[in-house]
Amino acid sequence: MSVVAWGQLQYVLAAVLLLIGLYGMLVRTNLVRKLMAMNVMQVAVIVFFISLAVRAGGTPPIEVESPSAGSDVLYANPLPHALMLTAIVVSVSTTGVALALLIRIHRRFDTLDEADVLDRLRQ
Amino acid sequence: MSEHLPILIVVCPLAAALLVPLAARLSPRLARGIAIAAPAGALVCAVAALRVALDRGPWHYHLGGWAPPWGIEYVVDPLGGGMATLVALLALLVAIYAGPYLRARSAFRAAIFDSLFLLLTSGLLGITLTGDLFNLYVFLEISSLAAYALLASSGERAVVATFRYLLIGTIAASFYLLGLGYLYALTGTLNMGDLAIRLAEAGGGSAMTVGVVLIVVGLAIKMAVFPLHGWMPDAYTYAPPPVTMFIAAVMSKVSAYALLRVLFFVLPATGAVETALAVLSWVATGGVLAGSILALAQTDVRRMLVYSSVGQMGYVVLGLSLGNATALTGALLHVVGHAVAKGCLFGAVGSLPRQTMQAEIAGFAGASRRAPLTMAAFTVAALSLVGLPPTAGFFSKWYLLQGALEADAWFFAAVLLMSSLLSAVYFFRVIERIYFADDPGAADPGASRHRTKPSLRMLGPVITLGAAVLLIGILNGRLVTAVIRHALPEL
Repeated sequence: MSVVAWGQLQYVLAAVLLLIGLYGMLVRTNLVRKLMAMNVMQVAVIVFFISLAVRAGGTPPIEVESPSAGSDVLYANPLPHALMLTAIVVSVSTTGVALALLIRIHRRFDTLDEADVLDRLRQ
Repeated sequence: MSEHLPILIVVCPLAAALLVPLAARLSPRLARGIAIAAPAGALVCAVAALRVALDRGPWHYHLGGWAPPWGIEYVVDPLGGGMATLVALLALLVAIYAGPYLRARSAFRAAIFDSLFLLLTSGLLGITLTGDLFNLYVFLEISSLAAYALLASSGERAVVATFRYLLIGTIAASFYLLGLGYLYALTGTLNMGDLAIRLAEAGGGSAMTVGVVLIVVGLAIKMAVFPLHGWMPDAYTYAPPPVTMFIAAVMSKVSAYALLRVLFFVLPATGAVETALAVLSWVATGGVLAGSILALAQTDVRRMLVYSSVGQMGYVVLGLSLGNATALTGALLHVVGHAVAKGCLFGAVGSLPRQTMQAEIAGFAGASRRAPLTMAAFTVAALSLVGLPPTAGFFSKWYLLQGALEADAWFFAAVLLMSSLLSAVYFFRVIERIYFADDPGAADPGASRHRTKPSLRMLGPVITLGAAVLLIGILNGRLVTAVIRHALPEL
């Protein structure tokens, strides 16, 4: 017996992405890789929310004028999509600020390795 | 106009944040004026809205006329309105305080600083007022992004520390958002009032447990609750003085407010929340003790103040976790008292002229002769954190202690007293230097010529905050009966 039904696989994907992201942020010493791991973690949250919106057999949430379909058209929940658009904007802004900080770190220390940077700071 | 007061609290600083860089092209003085007027406007709106909320009950403001749960609503209740007033007041004082710091910078850089500061302020104000959990996430990120940019604006140490804070802060925000996703999946709503009703109907279940855990951990990182405080000392120590003053004073308090709001106003008081509160009580105990002991080990006064914040936030969390009305009153009074006192302490330290990046305790020798008023304010605020009457800190600790005894939590009561003793030790170390050590510069007559009198614009806010610490202490009874009692959740 499988622990997870096939229909729930996207949640497993979200959990795996989240853990990959957290692992990368903890283990990598290169600051750019840490930042990339952070982005992977944020994608995990986005995958999770988008998965919530899915309805089996649902259409995109666009109002269609079809007389035959009547009032009960099954469509995907648009709210998580709207929320995640905002989350993507937040993620892009965070990445932008982080890259700006990395540029300053690189100009000053000529390296992006965390251990080297901390060594230089201690001197 | 008056029916739009709740949104004006946030719009004032937000609009000003966009105007300031433009105005700086015309005249830097005008830009500074706007940067000070905006928090003042927000403060006036917040006080007016809070008065309405106290008279007529919570004020629900529907953005764009869309009724919740579809639209986003702002709620000014005594709790949110009170927090907004606190944030706006400190923002105003710090905006004035930042004047001399900014005068040394170019008009463009000063305008960018003011703009970011106003964005940070509007983000924090938004958190206190919103009635929507996702909107809270957006404001959390607005304030965090502005904070990253401000914290990084002084030297390479600050940049490295801020990068690490950015990574940890993003983990915290992602956890919060993910937890929010679980609550949304359970209920299909994001409005706080609506969630409270539907979660009570939905009951517990593992999805809610996961949601609660993620949200509590996310907000606890933002609050820098021990042992999730690792990012804080470096990030705060190397930042520009006005930034540290504002962020150390209110940013963790606003996260604490968010935690209180979610735990007591949104989530039903069952299984997962009770467990979360029980875990938080032990975490807080660890934080109170560890913060005090680590503060004792510091030689840089700013670092000592940051570790003392770890301990002081422990008190707030302890008050939340005890959960009875007395303890919650103590926690809220402590939020107010600590915000004012920490702002005063960092303001006082930042206003002293300094040649190095360090603010060693030894450097405070004889400081009372050089800056008597600043050091008096520093001492009053320090006594408040130690918990001596008649300062604010004594009364909030008194309520917390009573709350602990009501809950028969003798161990926590003992911890409270123990850590007060420890904070007395680390603060008196500094106070002793300030008043009783010889000023090393006094022997050298040439040095006195270099002494600059602290600018009135720096001195004013610091002394105001020092006086506020005393006033909150003396008038604590009125503050509790007029505002804090109405801000408590129904228990």
